[in-house]
Amino acid sequence: METLIINKVSKQFTGHRALHQVSIAVPKGSIFGLLGPNGAGKTTLIRIVNRITAPDEGEILLNGKAISQEDVLRIGYLPEERGLYKKMKVGEQALYLAQLKGLSKAEAIIRLKFWFKKFEIDGWWNKKVEELSKGMQQKIQFVVTVVHQPDLLIFDEPFSGFDPINVNLLKDEILRIREQGATIIFSTHNMASVEELCDHIALINQSEKILDGRVDEIKQTYKKNLFELIYSNTGRSISSILPAKYHLISEESQNGFAKAKIQIPAGDSPNELLRLAISEVEVHGMAELLPTMNDIFISKVSEFKKSSGHEQN
Amino acid sequence: MNKIKIIILREYLTRVRKKSFIVMTILGPILMASIWVLPVILATISTDEQTVQVLDETGLFVHRFTDTKTIRFVPISMDIEKAKENLFKTGNDGLLWIPKTELSVPSSGIYYSTGQASLEVISHIKSIMKNEVESLKLEASGIDPEILRSIKSTIVLNTIKISESGDEEKSFTEISMGVGLFSGVLIYMFIFIFGSQVMRGVMEEKTNRIVEIIISSVKPFELMMGKIVGVALVGLTQFLLWIVLTLAIVTFVQFTMLDANILSGTEQIYTGQSKVLDADQLQQISEQMQSKDSINFQIIEAISSINYGVMIGAFLFFFLGGYLLYAAMFAAIGSAVDNETDSQQFMLPVTIPLILSMVMLGLIINNPSGPVAFWFSIIPFTSPIIMMLRIPFGVPHWQVALSAVLLILGFIFTTWLAAKIYRTGILMYGKKVNYAELWKWLKHN
Repeated sequence: METLIINKVSKQFTGHRALHQVSIAVPKGSIFGLLGPNGAGKTTLIRIVNRITAPDEGEILLNGKAISQEDVLRIGYLPEERGLYKKMKVGEQALYLAQLKGLSKAEAIIRLKFWFKKFEIDGWWNKKVEELSKGMQQKIQFVVTVVHQPDLLIFDEPFSGFDPINVNLLKDEILRIREQGATIIFSTHNMASVEELCDHIALINQSEKILDGRVDEIKQTYKKNLFELIYSNTGRSISSILPAKYHLISEESQNGFAKAKIQIPAGDSPNELLRLAISEVEVHGMAELLPTMNDIFISKVSEFKKSSGHEQN
Repeated sequence: MNKIKIIILREYLTRVRKKSFIVMTILGPILMASIWVLPVILATISTDEQTVQVLDETGLFVHRFTDTKTIRFVPISMDIEKAKENLFKTGNDGLLWIPKTELSVPSSGIYYSTGQASLEVISHIKSIMKNEVESLKLEASGIDPEILRSIKSTIVLNTIKISESGDEEKSFTEISMGVGLFSGVLIYMFIFIFGSQVMRGVMEEKTNRIVEIIISSVKPFELMMGKIVGVALVGLTQFLLWIVLTLAIVTFVQFTMLDANILSGTEQIYTGQSKVLDADQLQQISEQMQSKDSINFQIIEAISSINYGVMIGAFLFFFLGGYLLYAAMFAAIGSAVDNETDSQQFMLPVTIPLILSMVMLGLIINNPSGPVAFWFSIIPFTSPIIMMLRIPFGVPHWQVALSAVLLILGFIFTTWLAAKIYRTGILMYGKKVNYAELWKWLKHN
């Protein structure tokens, strides 16, 4: 079951193409990473999902039905460009934004009090926003994004500008919200910040989707059969015992241990390498090195550049 | 719809709670009431009687100085130096010295005053001396002053406005002018003050970066209209508070400071059904009007001759219409720029019609029914100010209706246009926008 289906969406702005035939399916209960370099079209896509911008072509389905204006109440959106009224009191402002999301005043007060207490900002209800630190403002922005318990949460560059403590606080809360059944989309150009959280990703580059799927499957697809072998350093390079079909990428020693990065031929079992190693050195550990999303991202983007450059020629 | 209400409420409450709003709400009525009340107060202040000594060495004028209500003349005859010394001892207010000269008809004098010489006294003395000198000169040239007196005539020209139903009402051109100018300028100020409040509100939302959070819940058009309506309600609140407070102050002053005599004169003068007035009646009316000659009295009479119901109704309509017409454009400007400095280049073309109306005020007030006045009061961009200026003079109903309809169409048009710019503009950060860019937004949406 997909919470959100984006079907062949295109958007043209005067002078540039923002999205071209982008299709993405976001499974229910997933944490979905919408990845891509700056200017790829992520924010435009998110604005289309939020019905801020209308697509030129294509359709958006939320819970299986074409999205309507009423559905924005079931989405929580933390935009990349976010802020609050500086002169307005914190509580009043949170109440205002919660009511705009369809909560009744009484219900909004109860829920906001709960969140304010949870984030230890309940003493700030009657303070003006300009008196607050940036971290506190971010907490409030987060609260008003989730207070109406949306089915779908969209965070655009969520951790930019957050301090590490708040980042962890937010990650914990986001995971908890997911456990309660919500679907979460992260949009970011900073792969490392969301890699540990996401189970699905889509990669957008120059207005086109160039890759999507489950994170573990993508990593399997793009793995290069790299293994890291850790063994007691005897001062002898491991290259002398490796057969020619193995390719030693790097070797380094540290505190009496040696670490070697070895690429084995596709289709070979890592057991073979391990057997060989055990017979020659004292092995402390061996692990497969899967590519990081960042590696895949960079290689896909440069591959895309080459192919599109080729097309032009 | 419910969300628009929430937005209107926020826009309204955050503004009426501001100190500047409260200060303006209190200062306005005090100013307006003082315009209204001051002449009345002045009229009730009884001027003290002044005593003036007359030392007429020529002997030609002294018998002409007869006492008036406020000035008592005391003839004296002594040396001028001594008289000057004496002046303070007697406690009198002034000393008029007409020295003897070689001229057959002296025409100069000196007025010594213990305090600041009162204008009333001086002009009275001058007119008496002038009359005497003139008749002396006439006599000298052999003309009988009696003949002259029979020639001298006063013209009484009363202006009476006839309405279609045949009622006649004394009209007060000066007062119509004053009221027209006042309401025209007030509309101009209201449009400017509240229009730029809308613009600043939009800019605030854009620079604070809250706008995207809000329009993920409501449509940009709802946010824009919510803001425009909210600010309009602030303007109406201010206006109504001004009227209520002004009336309260005026009523208070009338009750505490005025005696019944002056109030009784404030009734309007109607001459009844239209009929040919015979000479006697005309004479009677003229005298009636003449008898109420005091300037203060005329002001009171004229002020009460204004139809306040119509004026306030028209003001509310043309303020709202004009404001709505401009507010949407101000909102569009606010959405297109990142700061107030950048807004200047777009403000200019929007405010030109407003400023033009202000420039034309002087011309139009002299001919409130002329073609310039007509066109300016029909075209929506200038009509709120100019129609308001014309209404106290009386405007044919069809013109008011045409102007009103065009104003409503005008604001629907500008709002529709502005909304296109607005919904693109609010999401454009850090981009210098020019007219070509605005045109693209208009075309593309």
